[in-house]
Amino acid sequence: MTIMQSFTELVHQRQQRESAKRNRPVESEVTKLDVRNLNFFYGEKQALFDVSMTVAERAVTAFIGPSGCGKSTFLRALNRMNDIIEGAHHNGTVLLEGQEIYAPDVDVVSLRKRVGMVFQKSTPFPKSIFDNVAYGPKIAGQRNHKGLSEIVEQSLKRAALWDEVKDRLQDSALALSGGQQQRLCIARALATNPDVLLMDEPASALDPASTSRVEDLIFELKQNYTIVIVTHNMQQAARISDWTAFFYQGYLIEKDHTQKLFTTPKKKQTEDYITGRFG
Amino acid sequence: MSLANAVSPLTPPKTGLRLQKQFSWARAREAGVRAVLLGCASLSLLTTLAIVYMFLTEAVYSVTPGTTAFFQEVSLWNFLADTEWSPQFADKHFGILPLLCGTFVIAGIGSLIGLPIGLAAAIYLSEYAKPKFRRMMKPVLEVLAGIPSVVYGYFALVFVTPYALRPIFQSLLGIDVDIFNAMSAGVVLGVMIIPTVCSLSEDALRAVPRGLREAGYALGSTKYDVSLKVVVPAAFSGIVASFLLAISRAIGETMAVCIAAGQMPRLSLNPFRSMETMTAYMVGASLGDTPAGTIEYKSLYAVGFTLFLITLGMNILANWVMNRFREVYE
Repeated sequence: MTIMQSFTELVHQRQQRESAKRNRPVESEVTKLDVRNLNFFYGEKQALFDVSMTVAERAVTAFIGPSGCGKSTFLRALNRMNDIIEGAHHNGTVLLEGQEIYAPDVDVVSLRKRVGMVFQKSTPFPKSIFDNVAYGPKIAGQRNHKGLSEIVEQSLKRAALWDEVKDRLQDSALALSGGQQQRLCIARALATNPDVLLMDEPASALDPASTSRVEDLIFELKQNYTIVIVTHNMQQAARISDWTAFFYQGYLIEKDHTQKLFTTPKKKQTEDYITGRFG
Repeated sequence: MSLANAVSPLTPPKTGLRLQKQFSWARAREAGVRAVLLGCASLSLLTTLAIVYMFLTEAVYSVTPGTTAFFQEVSLWNFLADTEWSPQFADKHFGILPLLCGTFVIAGIGSLIGLPIGLAAAIYLSEYAKPKFRRMMKPVLEVLAGIPSVVYGYFALVFVTPYALRPIFQSLLGIDVDIFNAMSAGVVLGVMIIPTVCSLSEDALRAVPRGLREAGYALGSTKYDVSLKVVVPAAFSGIVASFLLAISRAIGETMAVCIAAGQMPRLSLNPFRSMETMTAYMVGASLGDTPAGTIEYKSLYAVGFTLFLITLGMNILANWVMNRFREVYE
C-alpha cells in the first residue's frame, strides 16, 4: 500500500502547513450547500443519480472521479450553469444556506454572483486586464471609477496577481501567460464578491509552477470562501482539500474527510480508483 | 557458403528497368489536369488585370497613337473639384463630386438602416434564437439575398416613395419628396445589405468560444450582458469586416439605386431629391448613344475607375481590420 502511504504523507504535510499558518480547526462543520437526492439529465441521458451531499463552509471540497463520472455536472448544478444547456433538466433539491436555488422565484443572476465559477480553460475576455476584473462589478451597476479601481486592486491582490500586472492594467488580458490568465479569471470571479467559488479543473491546463501557485492561492482563499473544486489529479485533491467526494458513473460513491477517504476508504470502488486500479 | 550463394545469386539487374523520365499517358494526363486547374485559377486574376488595363488606357493614359485618354483631356483637378457633372450637355463639366455625393448619401442611408438591423438580427439568431428557428431563418435570409436588385428598385419606386415616404414626409412634415429620391433608394439598399451583414456577423458571433459565454454567465451576467459586453466585443473584427463588405456592396449597387434615385447629378445632402450615383451614371451613359472615342465614352471609364478604387480600398480595409483585430481562439 505504498500509494496509500504517499497520500497519507501528502495530507499530513498539508495539515502541518495549515496548522503552522493559523490555529483553527482544519475542517469547518457549518453547512454551506446541501444537496438532496439530485438526479440530473441531459435530454434522455441521466448524468447524476440520486446524489446527496453537504458542502462545508470555508473549506475546500474536492470532487474526484474518472472522466464522465458526473463531477463537473454536479459542480455546474451548484450555480445553475447547466441552465444554459439545451434539454438539461433535473429533480431534487439544492439548498444554499437553506434556500432552494432552483425555486421559481430565485434570480439566477444574483445566484451566480454569490456562487462564482472558474473554468478549466482560462477564459479571459478580449479586453484589458482592468476591464476583465471590473466586468462583474460593472454589470452589477458599479459605475464609479474609483470604486472599480479599488475592487480591481483588491481582487488582483487576493488572486496573487497584483504584483505582476499592476503596471500594465490597461494591456490586453490575452497577452498574459496561461497561469496568469487563470489567476486573472480567479480575480475576476472574486470581484463579484461571491461566497462560494466553484472551480472546474482550474489547474489542469497549467504547467507545474503555475499549478503550484494556483494551489497555494486556493489554500489562501478558503479562509474567506467556500471552495468546491473538480480535479483529475488525486494528488492535488490530497494536497489542497479538506473534504473529498468520489464520483463514479453518475453516482456519489463516497464523501469523507480527505485524509480518511485517501487512507481508509470505505468503499471498494474508491480504493480501486485512488490506488490506480482503474480510471 | 554454397547455400548463401543459392539464396542471393549475383545476377545483373533486369534489363529494361529505366528510372529516367519518359512519356506515358498517366504523366500526360497529370500535366493536363494541372494546366486546366491553373488556367481556371488564373482566369479571375487575368480578368482583373484586363479590367485594370482598360481603365488605365481609357481613363489615365492612352497607348494608341492619335487618341487621348480621359485624364489627358480633363485635368484631375477639374475631375475632383468641379461641382458639376454634365458630360452630355454642350457645356461639359466633369466634376465627380455630385456623383460621389449621390453614391455616399444613398450608401450612407442604406448603411444606417442595414448595418444595425443586420447586426441585431445576427445577435438574435446567434444568441437568443432556438436552433430550430435559426435553421428556418437562414434560408429565408438567403432568399432575401437572392432577390434581383431590379425588383428592389421597382419596389422603392412604386411602394416606398408613394406609400411610405410621401405620406410621412410630404403630407405630415411638409417636405417635398421627388418621385425619384435618394431616401427610397437608401431604404431598399439597407434592406438589401441586411442578409450580408446578418450572415457574416452571425458567423463571427458564433465563432466566439462557448467558454467566454459561460464565463460571462458565471459572473452573474444576463443574456443581454453576455451578448453585448462579451460576445460582440469578442467578435468585433468579424463584425466590422461584415460592415465594410456590406458598405462596399452598397456603394457598388447599381440597378436598384438607378431606378429609385433617378439620374440627376446633384451636389446636395437633401435625401428627398433625385440624385445620381456613379453606378447609375454608368448605366445611363452606356445605355444611351455614347459613341466610342468621345469624351462621354471615356468618362465612363473614369467613373468606373473611381468606383473600382473606392470598393478596392474598402475591401482592403476590411481585410486589414480582420487581420489586425482578430482574436485567435483555439
